Amino acid sequence: MKQVYFLGRKAIAIISGIGRALILLISALAHVPNPKKGFPLLLNQLYAVGVLSLVIIIVSGTFIGMVLALQGYTILVGYGAEASLGPMVALSLIRELGPVIAALLFAGRAGSALTAEIGLMKATEQLSSLEMMAVDPLRRIIAPRFWAGLISLPLLTAMFSAVGILGAHLVGVDWLGVDSGTFWSVMQGQVDFEKDIVNSIIKSIVFAFVITWIAVFKGYDCDPTSEGISKATTATVVQSSLWVLSLDFILTALMFSN
Amino acid sequence: MHLLLKRGLQNYNMSEILVDIRNMTFKREERVIYNDISLSIPKGKVTAIMGPSGIGKTTLLRLIGGQLKPESGNIFFDGKDIPRLSRNALYETRKRMSMLFQSGALFSEMSVYDNIAFPIREHTNLPENLIEKMVLMKLEAVGLRGARGLRPSELSGGMARRAALARSIALDPELILYDEPFAGQDPISMGVIVRLIRSLNDALGLTSVVVSHDVPEVMGIADYIYIIAEQKIIGQGTPEQIAEQTSPLVRQFVNGESDGPVPFHYKAAPYREELIRKTVFTNNRRG
Repeated sequence: MKQVYFLGRKAIAIISGIGRALILLISALAHVPNPKKGFPLLLNQLYAVGVLSLVIIIVSGTFIGMVLALQGYTILVGYGAEASLGPMVALSLIRELGPVIAALLFAGRAGSALTAEIGLMKATEQLSSLEMMAVDPLRRIIAPRFWAGLISLPLLTAMFSAVGILGAHLVGVDWLGVDSGTFWSVMQGQVDFEKDIVNSIIKSIVFAFVITWIAVFKGYDCDPTSEGISKATTATVVQSSLWVLSLDFILTALMFSN
Repeated sequence: MHLLLKRGLQNYNMSEILVDIRNMTFKREERVIYNDISLSIPKGKVTAIMGPSGIGKTTLLRLIGGQLKPESGNIFFDGKDIPRLSRNALYETRKRMSMLFQSGALFSEMSVYDNIAFPIREHTNLPENLIEKMVLMKLEAVGLRGARGLRPSELSGGMARRAALARSIALDPELILYDEPFAGQDPISMGVIVRLIRSLNDALGLTSVVVSHDVPEVMGIADYIYIIAEQKIIGQGTPEQIAEQTSPLVRQFVNGESDGPVPFHYKAAPYREELIRKTVFTNNRRG
């Protein structure tokens, strides 16, 4: 009987959690930042979530492009196919590595920061005080962060792929001697705007939506204690990463399978 | 009027009551916090809610502010039943009330000045030079005009509480809810806050509800006191009436006795039994 009670409580907790997350999402979507009061808040968050993530995105993107070029060259040169290094690197980055790794880095850098910040605001009663000042925290705190995340990640993903290609150019062309004209022209011929670039943008928007939703909800819904904030921050990174990887498979299957 | 007489507020009529709680029951999961409780907060007065720690005094303020919903009963604020208001109506009503949180709850990323300007900027379209004058006026009232540029992390506990008080009066609310305003304050800060609560209440014509367990401070400033314990009101009256009450529970609380109707020991098995039990160490949290 105790187990049934425990299971029932667990099920109710999960369902009510989903309900709370949906309410938060609808409120965040409904409060598109307005030009007068919302836009400065959005700009602040774009800086905190997007600009401050630039270093990790650019450094990681560059190194991943360099490694791809190095590994790709050693395999392709055996078949005399080093001319395909450009499209190989570009397609790997644009279709898969760009959206996925940028999303994972974003979850670790910006998602965890969002959860911790909102959780701490809750623990120090700042969210409650907003409510009592008749200021809706969903509009003032959650919505700008949600929209900033949604805008930032697709841009960061594009930058990640771009610097990755430049890193690959540095290794493949400047160091290993692949012809620069071939590198760029074969890449241009192989990369399809609609199939590759648009799909990459769609993936990054989906990942941005999921990560930012999880991050703001975990912060808003956490236990207002140091342990609660720590658990919520960990949950944001773990759940976001798992969702990104599983959604990537589903999206890839939908986009690229015949 | 009959109900009011029964509750001991003989000197007030309905139009003089700002907050009226009627037959309110509130539970946290299975635990009953308030059982069919009724109380009234008169306009323009300082009303204190006292009681031992952990009986849900802060919860009562959150119920009045509409942050929590009761299981049953009504909480009227100027005739509006708070738990039954729509979200928009609730936010509109909250513009007429304010709450001083125990932690101060100042926004850590803003200066003291911006914290106090925050509600004015949010709810009005006043020009910045007028906002500045309003903020300085509020800061002057709490003695922190010189600290306007500091961050909350640079303030002492007492200063943070005063800055939060300035923010809570920024829009001249009708009702201020004070959550443990004296907790953790040194004697000087406590004296300042006691004086501020009383003087602001009288100067601005506010209605104040002070939740506290600091007996002497509350007795010094309150016009009317409710003592809550065991899910209900165990005593009420003016400070003089409270001092004269003979109820053992009220006496224990007012005199700060460690044992009495509220026992010193948390509910546990007899000590002797535990000592002679074979397994000395146990992880059973219920003892």
